[in-house]
Amino acid sequence: MSEIITPSQTVGPFFAYGLTPKGRAKWDPNGSYSWKETVGDNLVTPDASGEKIHIEGRITDGDGAPISDAMIEIWQADAQGRYAHPRDNRALPNTQFKGFGRSATTKDGVYGFDTIKPGPVPGPNGKSQAPHIVVCIFSRGMLRQIYTRLYFSDEPANATDPILALVPAERRNTLIAHKETRGGATVYRFDIRVQGKDETVFFDI
Amino acid sequence: MTIIFPKESLRVYPKHLTPAYRSTVKRSPSQALVVIPHTLSELTGPIYGHNAIQENDNDLTKQHKGEPLGERIIVHGHVYDEDKRPVPDTLVEIWQANACGRYVHIVDQHPAPLDPNFTGAGRTVTDKNGYYRFITVKPGAYPWGNHHNAWRPNHIHFSVFGHSFLSRLVTQMYFPGDYLFPFDPIFNSVTDEKARNRMISTFDLENTIPDWALCFRWDIVLRGREATPLDTDTH
Repeated sequence: MSEIITPSQTVGPFFAYGLTPKGRAKWDPNGSYSWKETVGDNLVTPDASGEKIHIEGRITDGDGAPISDAMIEIWQADAQGRYAHPRDNRALPNTQFKGFGRSATTKDGVYGFDTIKPGPVPGPNGKSQAPHIVVCIFSRGMLRQIYTRLYFSDEPANATDPILALVPAERRNTLIAHKETRGGATVYRFDIRVQGKDETVFFDI
Repeated sequence: MTIIFPKESLRVYPKHLTPAYRSTVKRSPSQALVVIPHTLSELTGPIYGHNAIQENDNDLTKQHKGEPLGERIIVHGHVYDEDKRPVPDTLVEIWQANACGRYVHIVDQHPAPLDPNFTGAGRTVTDKNGYYRFITVKPGAYPWGNHHNAWRPNHIHFSVFGHSFLSRLVTQMYFPGDYLFPFDPIFNSVTDEKARNRMISTFDLENTIPDWALCFRWDIVLRGREATPLDTDTH
């Protein structure tokens, strides 16, 4: 059965007009095209409860150069730690909150999301996982997506998170988004280093 | 029914570092990936239903005042999981070059014309049988800077969701008999020949519409299969 799946290929440099047409990436050569966005970088819905946050970061390559044609996708639970998916069968009062977002990078390799801080979610063997966001990265030069996780710097639960525990201690800091306050808004800074010094931890899943 | 996502299925995927495709050299992780179990965070994923799309999103020839230039084609098929079960109600997004091989993207400045009647982006949602269908024009080949005289074979980019965030797939659909296949490091990054050929659509004479459009069929198989009692025991 393992011999039938369709292989992955790179997203290439030109995805923006199809996948992130209203996003931060500059793509429109003459200003005449318009295209409705299905998935965007603002996850906040009118009915979503919880703390509004902004996530921002820069993605860089093995030379430390910004990756100006990457697409970052995030998947997260709501503030009560529930996923908008039938496999999570707990009640879901935030009926409009999907928990999925997509951001293309700017020429400086910067991406960003407006969202709600997720709550803790169930983990393996009945243990709880610290609040986190699953991050998936696509780019020219990546023949397949790479997955990582974003954890929050102000969460004591990180110390007992069963997934962080599987990451070598000296590399765990690459998965921590650092809290800043900017004009009264809460911003979590999460830079992604694809290769080289302080390389972000990516997961084999 | 419990869906699982065995990692062995990814064996046919390209390697992150594939030096013949130059951009992978600085954009592939150098440290070993860290193995973690599939938790609720990985086993769930976004669901986009029919409210995510508009009429004509799947007809790339009707998105502007006039019709685009080029060879009109139908591209259709099914989205399946590893049990060959249809994946219904899942979002399928495509983007492509125009018939001249030019993308509507500021970074693509090679000397081929844009078509004011063609953006080249489409989306649809599979029906209850996992079926999708697009109407478009056949994309042209185009040069890229990877190596001397490098040209990409004709292709359409696909983005598909599926059962969970683990079944997420971005790939490319190719056309049968392309003479550029032997020279393309992206196509050949899939080293298993049978797996590579699964990225090539088939010419579908039966569903060609006489006097109107040729047709290509392409089925997509995503990660995910039903757990057997044995799998359940070992997890």
